[in-house]
Amino acid sequence: MAKRIDVSGLSAYYGGTKAIEDISMTIEPRSVTAFIGPSGCGKSTFLRTLNRMHEVIPGARVEGKVLLDDENLYGSTVDPVAVRRTVGMVFQRPNPFPTMSIYENVVAGLKLAGVKKKSVLDGVVESSLKGANLWNEVKDRLNKPGAGLSGGQQQRLCIARAIAVEPQVLLMDEPCSALDPISTLAIEDLIGELKERFTIVIVTHNMQQAARVSDRTAFFNLAGVGQPGKLIELDDTQRIFSNPSVQATEDYISGRFG
Amino acid sequence: MTSSPPGVPRETTEASTETSPRRRSSLQGNSRRGDSIFRGASAGSGILLLVIMAAIAGFLIYRSSIAINKDTTSFLTTFEWDPDNIQKPSFGIAVLVFGTLVSAAIAMVIAVPVAIGIALFISHYAPRRIAQPFAYLVDLLAAVPSIIYGLWGALFLVPHLGGLNSWLDHYLGWTYIFKLSHPGAPARSLFTVGILLAIMVLPIITAVSREVFRQVPRMHEEAALALGATRWEMIRTAVLPFGRPGIISASMLGLGRALGETIAVATVLSASNVLSLHLLDAGGGTFAQNIALKFGEAGSVGKDALMASGLVLFVITLLVNGAARMIVARRKEYSGANS
Repeated sequence: MAKRIDVSGLSAYYGGTKAIEDISMTIEPRSVTAFIGPSGCGKSTFLRTLNRMHEVIPGARVEGKVLLDDENLYGSTVDPVAVRRTVGMVFQRPNPFPTMSIYENVVAGLKLAGVKKKSVLDGVVESSLKGANLWNEVKDRLNKPGAGLSGGQQQRLCIARAIAVEPQVLLMDEPCSALDPISTLAIEDLIGELKERFTIVIVTHNMQQAARVSDRTAFFNLAGVGQPGKLIELDDTQRIFSNPSVQATEDYISGRFG
Repeated sequence: MTSSPPGVPRETTEASTETSPRRRSSLQGNSRRGDSIFRGASAGSGILLLVIMAAIAGFLIYRSSIAINKDTTSFLTTFEWDPDNIQKPSFGIAVLVFGTLVSAAIAMVIAVPVAIGIALFISHYAPRRIAQPFAYLVDLLAAVPSIIYGLWGALFLVPHLGGLNSWLDHYLGWTYIFKLSHPGAPARSLFTVGILLAIMVLPIITAVSREVFRQVPRMHEEAALALGATRWEMIRTAVLPFGRPGIISASMLGLGRALGETIAVATVLSASNVLSLHLLDAGGGTFAQNIALKFGEAGSVGKDALMASGLVLFVITLLVNGAARMIVARRKEYSGANS
C-alpha cells in the first residue's frame, strides 16, 4: 500500500524564478513526515512537486528526480494524471466540490477512475468516511451538499475524498491552518490513524503540530528574499526538536527568527 | 435607519453621549451629505427602472386590449394577419409564436454549446497571450449592428446554405423537419434565421460564460486535478457545475436577443402566413420581424394589433426567464456561493 519516496537533486521553478534548489531526501513508508520552515521557503512548492501538482501553474517546471519506490515520477513516459491518482493531496483550505453532495464528493475520484458500480461506491463512501472519522456525523445526510458542513468536517470530507482512491501517499498542505483547535485535534488524531495505511507528508506552520503528529521533520529555509528555498535538515522529529544538528534549525524552533 | 438595534434600549445610548455636550457635537456631526445624495440617486435609478417597466407593460396592455376586443377570430390560433380588414379583422399570431420560438430554439441549440466551447478555450485552454485578444475579438462581435448581420445573412448566408440544406434534406429528410419542399429555392427559411441568430447571440453568451468560468476558484480546480482528473475531467467536475447558473443566465441573455431580434430576421426571412414544420422551407415569421414589416402600412387597428403581438412576445420572454430562474434557484444550495 504505502510507498517510499526518494527525492534527489530536485529544483522547482516558477517561470524564471527558482523556488527550491537541489533538494534530496528519503521519506519512509507508513510514517508521517512534517515540513516546517518560514513562509516562502518552498515547503509547499516542494510538496506539490511530489504529485506533479506544481506544474499545473503556468510556467512552472521541475528538475530532478522523485522516485516512488523505484519509479521516477518525472520519467518521460509517466502520466501526471496517473501520478496524482497514486499520490493524493489535501489542501490548506477545505475544498469540497460545492456543486456535489457529500456522497458525490467522496466518490469523485473513483468516478474519474471509471468506477460506476453502486455497491462498490457505497462501500467506499462508508469506509472512506469512517477512515476520515466523519461517518457518524454525516451518515444520515450523505445527499446534502458538502459545502454545508463545518470547516473541520469539510476538511475531513476532503481527506475522505483523497483516501477513497486508495493512494500510496497522502500529501497535506497545512491541512489545519484554516481550522479551529478542536477540528485541528480531530485531524491530528486522524493523521495518526492514517499513517498505518499511507505514507503521509504534511506541511505545517505549527511547530507543536509537527512535534505531535510526525515521526520525521524536515526544516526548510531560504537565505533571503528572492533566494530559492533549501532543505536544511531532515531527522527524527524528536531529535529536531531537542537537539538539531544545524544552528538555523534550533534558531527557528526556539523562535529566534521566522 | 434610525431604529436602535434590538435589545439595546435607546435611552442608554443617548444618555451615554449626553455626559459631555462638547464631545457630543463633535461626534455626532451632520449626516454625510455625499452618502445621502448617493443613496437618493441609486434608489431613484431603481425606482425609475420600475416606472419604465410599468409604463411599457401598461401601454402594451392598454393598446392590446383595444385590438383584442375587435378581433373576430381566435387570436392565438389563427394564421391570417389582416387586422385592418373592416368586415372581418383578424390577426392570428400562431405563425409568429411558432416562428419566434423555433428560430430562437435553433439559435440556442447551435449557439450555447459553441459559446461554452469558446468560453472554455479562452478561460482554460488558450495561452494568455492568445486568450486576451481572442476574448476581445468575441466582444467586438457583439458590437456589430443587427443590420450588418442581416445584410450578411441575406447576401452571403442565404446563397451559401443551399449545400447544407440539400445535405440535411438528403440524410435527415425522413425526419420531416428537414424535408426540403422546393430544392433550389433561396434559403430564406426559419432554419437560416436560426443560424444567423446563433451567430448574433454567440458573443454575449460567450462573454458571460467566460467571466463565470474565470471565477471558478482555483482551489476547486486543484481539488479535481489532485484527484487525478485530466484537463477535461477537471472542467467537467469543477468548472462546468460551478458555472452552470452563469451559463443559464448567459443563455437567457442570448435567448432574449434571439426572441426579440428584428431587422436581421426581417432582412433574411421571406415572410408568409404559413406555419410549416419544414424548417428549411422559406416562409413563416417572427413577432419582431412582423411588427417591423407591418408597422408602416398598418391602420389604427393594425397598430394596436401589432402592440398585442408585442405583448405576447413580452409575456413569452418573461415566462422563459422565469423558468430559467427556477432552474437556477432549485439547486441554489449547490451553487458554491456559500463556500
